[in-house]
Amino acid sequence: MDNIAGKSSGLKWAVNITVALLVIAWLIPTVGLFVSSFRDRDQITASGWWNAPFSVELTYRTRADDGEPVREGDLWVTEGNIFASSEVADAFSSGEASITGFGVTGREPTAYAAGTEGETRDGGTLIVNADGSYRYATAEEPDARGLRIYFGADTPPDFTMDNYLTILTAQTTEEREEAYAEGQTFWEILSDEEGIFRNFINTFTVTIPSTVIPILIAAFAAYALAWMDFPGRGLLIACVVGLLVVPLQLALVPLLNLHNQIGIGQSFVGIWLAHTGFGLPLAIYLLRNYMVGLPRDIIESAKVDGATDFQIFTKIILPLSFPALASFAIFQFLWTWNDLLVAKVFLPSDDASKVMTVRIADDLLGSRGGDWGILAAAAFVSIAVPVLVFFTMQRYLVRGLLAGSVK
Amino acid sequence: MSPLLQGVITIFVGVVGCVGYFYAANLILDKVIFPARGPNVGRNINRATAVRPWLFLFPAIFALSLYLVYPVIGSLWRSLHNRAGDEFIGLGNYAFLFGDGEFLQALLNNALWAVVVPAAATFLGLLVAQLTDRLSWGNIAKSLIFMPMAISFVGASLIWKFVYAGDPDIGIINALRDSIGLDPMDPVQVPFWNNFFLMAILVWIQTGFAMVILSAALRGIPEETVEAAIIDGANPFQLFFKIKVPQIMGTIVVVWTTITILVLKVFDIVYTMTGGNFGTQILPSYMMSFMFRDDGRATAVAVVIMIVVLPVMIWNIRQAQKEMR
Repeated sequence: MDNIAGKSSGLKWAVNITVALLVIAWLIPTVGLFVSSFRDRDQITASGWWNAPFSVELTYRTRADDGEPVREGDLWVTEGNIFASSEVADAFSSGEASITGFGVTGREPTAYAAGTEGETRDGGTLIVNADGSYRYATAEEPDARGLRIYFGADTPPDFTMDNYLTILTAQTTEEREEAYAEGQTFWEILSDEEGIFRNFINTFTVTIPSTVIPILIAAFAAYALAWMDFPGRGLLIACVVGLLVVPLQLALVPLLNLHNQIGIGQSFVGIWLAHTGFGLPLAIYLLRNYMVGLPRDIIESAKVDGATDFQIFTKIILPLSFPALASFAIFQFLWTWNDLLVAKVFLPSDDASKVMTVRIADDLLGSRGGDWGILAAAAFVSIAVPVLVFFTMQRYLVRGLLAGSVK
Repeated sequence: MSPLLQGVITIFVGVVGCVGYFYAANLILDKVIFPARGPNVGRNINRATAVRPWLFLFPAIFALSLYLVYPVIGSLWRSLHNRAGDEFIGLGNYAFLFGDGEFLQALLNNALWAVVVPAAATFLGLLVAQLTDRLSWGNIAKSLIFMPMAISFVGASLIWKFVYAGDPDIGIINALRDSIGLDPMDPVQVPFWNNFFLMAILVWIQTGFAMVILSAALRGIPEETVEAAIIDGANPFQLFFKIKVPQIMGTIVVVWTTITILVLKVFDIVYTMTGGNFGTQILPSYMMSFMFRDDGRATAVAVVIMIVVLPVMIWNIRQAQKEMR
């Protein structure tokens, strides 16, 4: 086909490159957030995610307090290593970093390049070398706290699961360590109501029943609409097609009032019922379209053999319709998992019963607006499951899409 | 009771309830009401056959009426009442809406969304579908471009918030601007154009959908028409625009309308990105600003959305009926 299509090799290259560029453009946003979710918080703000594999220059402040001042002629000289000094010793315990510049004021933390001589505020001199060793010489005896030094250091890339642990448990690294020290298990920390893990479980709780129940109801209805003859069938199918596009917004207020009146209120039961109702038109439409295409012979010979409609449905139609059932199940799963609108309206608004989308949109984007590591990790906790379902079940999803759009 | 346990019980009750209902209803119909024996065997069987479809349909019809048909009427009725719901005020809520600058802006923005997003997504989808058609790694490319379909609108908004971030060390757009010496800017705050930056997110999600359907349509084009055109000396561009596109026009229209309907319903992106500020309000997010506060106005906005969707709905029903004949 390629040959008779008469494509020159130049055109072929152009096609390859265009597609490659499009794919890259489509992936960049997701990859950016994904990489950032594993980066240390300070590194995220110091360099773009595209620089993640490289060292980052971070600025630190510390005191020259690891060496004793020694009298040399008429000067007091302090020598030591900046990485060993009190305030940054923890950050550089692996000892791979190198100094790029230093300074003595917070305004210009890297005023002098490593290895050159800088002037301190008391008129003395300070030299900090790339390996961290320093020499501070001054006329007066320095006070015991040591000289305040600022420096910039190339810090090696730091990939960590900390963001994920923090967002799942709603506790910082230190708080988690304290909790471990008090004898709590990881599972106990995870079950904390504040953490997003709770919302993750809530999303599952909303999603599974909302996917399973409409399938059953719709399958019976679809069979009736596909293989049973009765007056008004055409009209019913037209209604289902019409209901496919009814905006959910219309349903919110009357249904919430209804739920309040019959005592369901804002609850999980309410959202299951709502998702079931909203999912039905697509389910019936998809399944009917599929069932209509099943071979007539099988069904008629079963009827001749004396099978009832109920038997035909459960023994023949249901097993044969598996691909369509799978398609709808994936649709409904993705839709309920990703839904924000229905969850906002039909679930109570306390933290303990929020689903992930609501938690991210209403809480995290507001309170953690600038904390990108946390936000990215939260986003990926919520994205992971649908993307996994997507890649494993793509075949059924595509089939469902093709059958589901009104031709 | 923990919600998770409640969920398991619900699945159990739901599944057993459904199966039990259908089984029992059929059993009662066949054995008790119209038994296939005794003097009226023939009549009974016929009657049972006439009733059975409605047994199968009953739960679905009940759920659809309660959860989709009743709310349409309920919303219409509610929108004619005041905030508390105890006083009939006719078209008062609508009068308020059309006097409110924010509503008019939302209407205008929504029109813009409804034109730009389907157009861009369908165009890009068609482009990718055609380009990947005979590519050796076409399937991988397609599934990567399709992937955003699985991501929630909230997740997608967050992903793009990151792309649009004002700090050149975080947002890639500002990093590019920075590298050519421009000052950083916040795309979601640029008047008017910010709408397009938000639309880009939905285009990013929906291109995959358009691509999948159009790709299947392209595959379905009869080879003979393509071969004939090549023999007549058509170049690749003529082949695409004059032979292929006209043959899949029907599918293009379907994709276009499906995305249009989606555009009119999605509130998540505007809600998470700007909250409707900076002149980006659209109808669904405008409605959410009244939700829980003024049901009368909220339902009035919902009815307006319904009216906008109505033509597409009628068109869909016509198409479906044509197909059934």
